[in-house]
Amino acid sequence: MKIAVCIKRVPEMDVRFKIAPNGTGVDEAGLKWDMSDFDGYAVEAALQMTEKLGTGEVVAITLGPDAAQETLRKALSMGAARAIHLKADPIPFDNFAIAKALAAELSSGGYDLVMFGKMSIDSSNGAVGPMTAELLGLPCVAAASKLDIAGGKGTARRELEGGAELLEFPLPAVVTIDEGVARPRYPSLKGIMAAKKKPLDVKPAQLGDVRLTVTTMALPPERPAGRILGEGVGAVPELVRLLQTEAKVL
Amino acid sequence: MANHVLAFAESRGGELRKVAYEAATVARSLANAAGGEAHVLLAGAPGIAAKAEALGRFGADVVVVVEHAALGDSNPEALAATIADRVKVGGYRAVVFVASAQGKDLAPRVAAKLGVPLASDLTTVELSGDKVVGTHPVNTGKVIATVTLTAIPAVVSMRPGAVTAAEAPRTARVENVAPSGDPAASRVKVTETIAGSTAKLDLGDAPVIVSGGRGLRAAENFKLVEDLAAAFGNAAVGATRAVTDDGWRPHSDQIGQTGRQVSPNLYVAVGISGAIQHLAGMRTSKTIVAINKDREAPIFKVADYGIVGDVLEIVPVLTAAVRAAKGSH
Repeated sequence: MKIAVCIKRVPEMDVRFKIAPNGTGVDEAGLKWDMSDFDGYAVEAALQMTEKLGTGEVVAITLGPDAAQETLRKALSMGAARAIHLKADPIPFDNFAIAKALAAELSSGGYDLVMFGKMSIDSSNGAVGPMTAELLGLPCVAAASKLDIAGGKGTARRELEGGAELLEFPLPAVVTIDEGVARPRYPSLKGIMAAKKKPLDVKPAQLGDVRLTVTTMALPPERPAGRILGEGVGAVPELVRLLQTEAKVL
Repeated sequence: MANHVLAFAESRGGELRKVAYEAATVARSLANAAGGEAHVLLAGAPGIAAKAEALGRFGADVVVVVEHAALGDSNPEALAATIADRVKVGGYRAVVFVASAQGKDLAPRVAAKLGVPLASDLTTVELSGDKVVGTHPVNTGKVIATVTLTAIPAVVSMRPGAVTAAEAPRTARVENVAPSGDPAASRVKVTETIAGSTAKLDLGDAPVIVSGGRGLRAAENFKLVEDLAAAFGNAAVGATRAVTDDGWRPHSDQIGQTGRQVSPNLYVAVGISGAIQHLAGMRTSKTIVAINKDREAPIFKVADYGIVGDVLEIVPVLTAAVRAAKGSH
């Protein structure tokens, strides 16, 4: 079982972002970076699958600047066997360009399964996984909240608004991972040491034309300062009055 | 000249979903700007054609109907191929999806089949000369990106609820189209569809959401949240990740960075401190009410109205007051 997991380096979200002077991105000064949340679930799910089967290889792939190699090293320290870095600086916003570069790398890899997080937590498009599946001509399950592979085929669950569906698909396939599949493990000290010696190939990303760009970035308008109406049940009548007369939602 | 606009109308179980009208509304407005027609593609099991008229009410000049027994359940492979083939022959300037669970699955597949990028999860969209420009919340909604799409056709998906469906009635022409390939031969097959409680309003559709957090102290106290939602009558129940992780509520109820992103008219946060991951899912709500015992909780920074105190005491009183207010008019 050979599994590729495509991951992205993203800023940690627990900060107040500032807009960069050029107005088309966030100011990166002082930001901390990590693997995108859903990509962490995907790496964990891939590792658990090969561990359960007792055989197989997990290959971590990223597209990004040189610093993205830290993210690959994290996947290696979790247990991936090797890594591939497709160099692109900056990462374009064009999801089709990214999918093309990934598909070019993945097509000759002989993977049984290609996994992604369901979306990156920064650009939040959720497009690269299904696009890559189309370019590779593979079946795809987007946003699987459960995944099981056995006997050369897969089963998955997808959450819908007010429901869910269970799916069955043949391998090879592309699956993007929703929350709930697997909580990512913390790299062990042994894992971190081992990761330094694991192979990490660097290649240029074959992006092609970029036809979707960010033209400006801005901070959303601040919500007007809220009002604390009071303490305890005594404040309820005033709340109801305001919901009726001011907010007009009751 | 490619100046028509095609929208995808989402349906489930033979019924149009609210987002279908939102997609039709966006197609209408883009078609007006481009000087073309608004076309809406409606696919499903035989009988779905009966819904074409409703799409005309929301501005569709043409409803492209695709009926096949194997399109009754979600069938993204067959649908994506059918939509992409229609786009190739239809002279379309833009293709519109709504980023629902189904739209998020379909839109990137269609874009890739057409060899173009996808501007996804937009909160606004407009045609600006030879470009399509939209706004898209990034970094958990803390930054708003304005994105420009130069590819033709411009494939976009809209955030559910970001656009208010607007009537623009006309009698739509119906064009029946065969699906591409054999929809029954799709490699990914739905083996079971699990319906949630159909009596409940979906978080994406409800004008009011009452949401509970750890401040409720025990799973059984979620009854207070449900009672308050019931008093509003038009409310859905949401939860924080802490609560869904603890199994008090199903994961599908989770609102936040990794759960659902909602923007109802009214969001009532009960016993929710307002962790950044939760705020990412509800900060765009129009009016926010917070009830929490900790005056310093971050939820009060985004709440329009706050009450400090014990939710177990306050919520039942609020429920009674809402019920009385609802009953009085």
